[in-house]
Amino acid sequence: MAFPLPRPQPPQLPHHLLRTVDCKQGAIRAVRFNADGNYILSCGGDKTLRLWSASRGTLLKTYSGHGYEVLDADGAFDNSHICSCSSDKTVILWDVASGLVSRKLRGHAGKVNCVRFNEEATVIVSGSIDGSVRCWDTRSRRPEPIQVLDEARDGVSSVKVSEYELLSGSVDGRVRRYDLRMGQLYTGHKNTSYKLDCCLSHKDTHVLSCSEDGYVYFWDLVEGSVSLKLPVGKATVQSLSFHPSEPRLLTAMEGSVKVWGAEPEDTVEDQGQQ
Amino acid sequence: MADSDTEDFVTYGTPLDPIEEDEPLKKPVPLHDQTVKDEKGRFKRFHGAFTGGFSAGYFNTVGSKEGWAPSTFVSSRQQKAGKVNSRPEDFMDDEDFSEHGIAPREITTTEDFTSGRQDTIRDKARALNSLVAPIPGDTVLEDLIAPARTSVGVEMLKKMGWKEGQGIGPRAKRKPRKQNVAEAGTRIYSCALPPNGSEESEEEEDEYTPENVTFAPKDVMPIDFTPKDDPHGLGYRGLDPHQALTGLPGMGHIDLFTLDSDRTSNLLGTGGPKHRRKGGISGEAFGVGALEDADADIYDRDALSNYDSVLGGEEPGDGLFGWTAPAQYNKKTKGSSRDASYLGKILEGFTLASQASEIKTIFPPPELPRNYRPVHYFRPVVDLASTSPMVAQVLMESKGHMPQQTQEKGRHQLDASQRRDLLGESSLTGPASVFDLLDNKDKERLEGIRRLAGVGASGAMTEERRAAVVAAGVAAAAAKASQSALSSLPQTPGSEEVLSAWRSPTADTSRSFRPFEKNPPKQARYDQYISKLKQGHKDALESSLDGSMTEWERGRERDEFVRAAMLYKPSSSSLSSRFTRAKHEDNEDMVEVAQEQEGDVNDKQSAVKMKMFGKLTRDTFEWHPDKLLCKRFNIPDPYPGSGLVGLPKVKKDKYSVFNFLTLTDSRPESGGPMGAQSQPDSSPLAGPPKRAEPGKKSRWDMSERAGQPKDALSEFLSEARSEASTSQQPASSQPAPAPSLTPEPPALSQLPPETQQLQEEEEESRPPMDLFKAIFASSSDEKSSSSSEDNSEEEDDEDGHRQMELQPPGPLNTGMDPSALPVPSSAAPGAAPGAAPGAAPGAAPGAAPGAAPGAAPEAKPPPEQPKLPAAPSKEQRQEEEEFGPKLPPPTSSWPQLPASSSVPQGDAHKKKCKEKHKSKKEAKKKHKKKHKKHKGKKEKKKEKKKKPIPEESDSTSDGSADSDSDADDLPGSISTEQLLTRLKSLRGKKYE
Repeated sequence: MAFPLPRPQPPQLPHHLLRTVDCKQGAIRAVRFNADGNYILSCGGDKTLRLWSASRGTLLKTYSGHGYEVLDADGAFDNSHICSCSSDKTVILWDVASGLVSRKLRGHAGKVNCVRFNEEATVIVSGSIDGSVRCWDTRSRRPEPIQVLDEARDGVSSVKVSEYELLSGSVDGRVRRYDLRMGQLYTGHKNTSYKLDCCLSHKDTHVLSCSEDGYVYFWDLVEGSVSLKLPVGKATVQSLSFHPSEPRLLTAMEGSVKVWGAEPEDTVEDQGQQ
Repeated sequence: MADSDTEDFVTYGTPLDPIEEDEPLKKPVPLHDQTVKDEKGRFKRFHGAFTGGFSAGYFNTVGSKEGWAPSTFVSSRQQKAGKVNSRPEDFMDDEDFSEHGIAPREITTTEDFTSGRQDTIRDKARALNSLVAPIPGDTVLEDLIAPARTSVGVEMLKKMGWKEGQGIGPRAKRKPRKQNVAEAGTRIYSCALPPNGSEESEEEEDEYTPENVTFAPKDVMPIDFTPKDDPHGLGYRGLDPHQALTGLPGMGHIDLFTLDSDRTSNLLGTGGPKHRRKGGISGEAFGVGALEDADADIYDRDALSNYDSVLGGEEPGDGLFGWTAPAQYNKKTKGSSRDASYLGKILEGFTLASQASEIKTIFPPPELPRNYRPVHYFRPVVDLASTSPMVAQVLMESKGHMPQQTQEKGRHQLDASQRRDLLGESSLTGPASVFDLLDNKDKERLEGIRRLAGVGASGAMTEERRAAVVAAGVAAAAAKASQSALSSLPQTPGSEEVLSAWRSPTADTSRSFRPFEKNPPKQARYDQYISKLKQGHKDALESSLDGSMTEWERGRERDEFVRAAMLYKPSSSSLSSRFTRAKHEDNEDMVEVAQEQEGDVNDKQSAVKMKMFGKLTRDTFEWHPDKLLCKRFNIPDPYPGSGLVGLPKVKKDKYSVFNFLTLTDSRPESGGPMGAQSQPDSSPLAGPPKRAEPGKKSRWDMSERAGQPKDALSEFLSEARSEASTSQQPASSQPAPAPSLTPEPPALSQLPPETQQLQEEEEESRPPMDLFKAIFASSSDEKSSSSSEDNSEEEDDEDGHRQMELQPPGPLNTGMDPSALPVPSSAAPGAAPGAAPGAAPGAAPGAAPGAAPGAAPEAKPPPEQPKLPAAPSKEQRQEEEEFGPKLPPPTSSWPQLPASSSVPQGDAHKKKCKEKHKSKKEAKKKHKKKHKKHKGKKEKKKEKKKKPIPEESDSTSDGSADSDSDADDLPGSISTEQLLTRLKSLRGKKYE
């Protein structure tokens, strides 16, 4: 006799601004939660990558070593490493604690748009404007990638890695799913006019997308209707990232990062006000 | 003499300066100037004999002029004075550190390398001192704590098997002692301590050592060189207080773990009865103490036996003391003579064998017979089966032995295959031996050679056979081929071999060599020959040769072909199976193309438009992930065996059209519905084949685009013509000028009514002006004049003009301005006669269909003519305007036009045009609106329908429009029927 499952509660959407962090590193190109959502990575236009505490908004570390603006970053599952990519065509693997470059991966022919670790942080998958997705080995010191997926006809704008799949979104209007188990390549087809950044909420109930009008739109995944229009600011929302487990949202606009929560947490707010 | 002598001298050192005669004598340096300087250039002064006599620098002043000065103690809050530990060196001169100084800094051997013996002695001395010291065991702790350090030498010895307490040298059996020698070797002259019992027992054990046990030599006590600096007598050893007080024999052994009270009690001698003192202090000098129980052994009795009576008589042990004695001293005993001889040379780590090994008896080799010659002949194996019995018989006899009977063959004579047969194993697949790889012909030849060789022994060999033997092998075929060349036989002998070679299934013509690449027809013949060979035609050679060639040529070619085929024949199947092809072909013309192409893009796009996501929009490919990638993702490799990575690739011809087929296929579709419609409609009239329309429409492909609707148009036209011909024939008032030569302008002018309809059907895919420009380009100078004007004007106006020009012609325009009429008519005939010979015939076939592209070429030929009518030149200009940068308004060129009649008219037209515009603007506001609307085609149509009425009313004022329509209309009105006939005639021409 199992207990009946609790009634599904209406999804909580983060619409309370918890705090605003002025990153002071130029335009924020991307903002990301780390694997457990306790830290924030912000990729700045001033060639630096910064690590922030999500709960307090304090700067923990600055990683500098890129030769151009940092476009994307991702944290390893154990928080030991960060990978970031930049317009300088490189992908850098950082040691979190020391803040030093542990590996600099060169090979892309153009600026690298997106970068992701795989589940065990053994492979870095990076997608570039040159239309290739490269899989880099973090375990060895090999300078070349393990594999180059150059099926895309145009620049790769986003990459996602799951347990056994690689997803790559390309400007040629296609999503490619590389299934390692089956050894097959699926090519979907979609037409999107333009895209800034979008993600799924923590329970996959909503699709969030940035917008140029300063809002973050929450789309219901199934119905496809706008369920929340979150005003962030006046400028374009460059990047956003959703907390892996809680209804928390990060948005990046111009030079600042905003943290949104579902409910106004007093303690957190107090800290934020301080 | 003297010269030679001097030359012979060998000189050492640097010669003194030659003494010159006139030089003043050098004064001897005075004594006070003769100074000695040290390495630093300082004066040295005599110091003392012990330090080399001289010293320099500051003396006893700590190397500084001032000498050592006590520094004042300064300590402030900011700078705390550190604690300064002054060393003795701080107060010493430089000289003190030199070789002869007080504290010389010299290189000394470290403790590691100093011998341990020295230390032991020192230790002993120290131990002794400690015992003597007022507090016994003073240095004990120090000794205990001292690190266990052994010198390198000792370590090496230990590694070689040496143990402490042993002597150095080979192990030897110990001889039974003759007499008990005090092994300690030390005689105690004074206080004789009671001997240790343990020592004695050792001695006794020695007596009973078994024979086969060897012992290391006795350790040698080195001579003690400790100087005697005490007033005691020789050999005096101080009393051990422990031994003396407690009677314990253990000297130097201090029980750290006994309590102090215990020790004190011991000292006081108040221990229990078990602590009965055995020895106590006893000796010559002490006598019997009061506490002594026994009075025995009070006096030391010295015996003579204690002293050596013979010098060097007895030696302890083997008497070697670890040395290797010279050989002659050891040759005492006969039994051990060998041992002794080896003693000196024996290697470390080895011992002498206890038992001498037996001497091996060596037997002498057998004596060789006298007539033996050390050369071996292999006997040829005679195969009875293959050779004739006669020959075999001869062979056997010549070899002097009878063939072995197969029955007699032993187990070892069987070869592998025979054994296999006996065992009943299945034979191995594939050729068993190299000979199996040869084809039958070669085998026969070899057989023949062998036979010949056999027969050769008997001396019977024909000329031909010898030749065959010589040519046997690879060259045989070539030789035969050459023979065949000499002979004029139609069937070349070599060809049969070739046939057999090429008939094998593996023979791949595509891969074979192409010997006559430079001569394509010859190569083609060769290929044919080869292919026929492959099929097994017997007459392959003859049939593939060119019949038109001479006999001699054919013979040559035949010969060449056979030879080439022989040379480049494919390896036989069995042989080729043993080789693999190269993995990578260096083929430049091939390109790797993905095996599976992504599905049609347009299909997908259309699917997306229809919101049909799913199967339509998705593709699945076989994709090979890298092995390492799988490993990193903890996933088994989906294609474990495959070496390739990524999408599987296929080699395709680099320059093949088919590579791009998928793209070209998609194009017509992307070209839009219009293209698709027009294509099937294209009548036989459609002259030039239509190029596939690219997806993007540019103004450059206008002419062709214009052509597309025209195909449809032309059909309409022909139909319309046929209908209209009967009705309109009487209406043609104008005489048809050069009916056969200028069919086009009227024909085109006739188009508009239909085009309008078509345009209606047509979507707003294109500004109509282009189309009509193209259509009317060649037709009239009026239009061009207006258009040239329009260039300077706004495009709206231009459009307007077009619309005006598109006025329905013909029947409606019957009552038009007569002044305008002559212009086209004059122009047309002007053009026609001038262009008559060249233009018309050339233009006719291409232009006849009435396709727009045809119109342009039609117009172009006339410019070659010296006398140009206005129409072609303007038409050209117009084209330029369309395709190139805009030229200045061509009005300037107007006066230069050769057609005199057209000049004033042109001016008039201009004015009229402007007038017309004004009037239009004023009169018809409707029109204005339409002008501004570029592509209001429906409105245009309306306008056109309405237009005729006002035009009729003020036809004079609307000059340009009229003239336009005149230009178009006149011929049209004249010859709607005639045109048809002309068209027909053209068609007829075309079909001729």
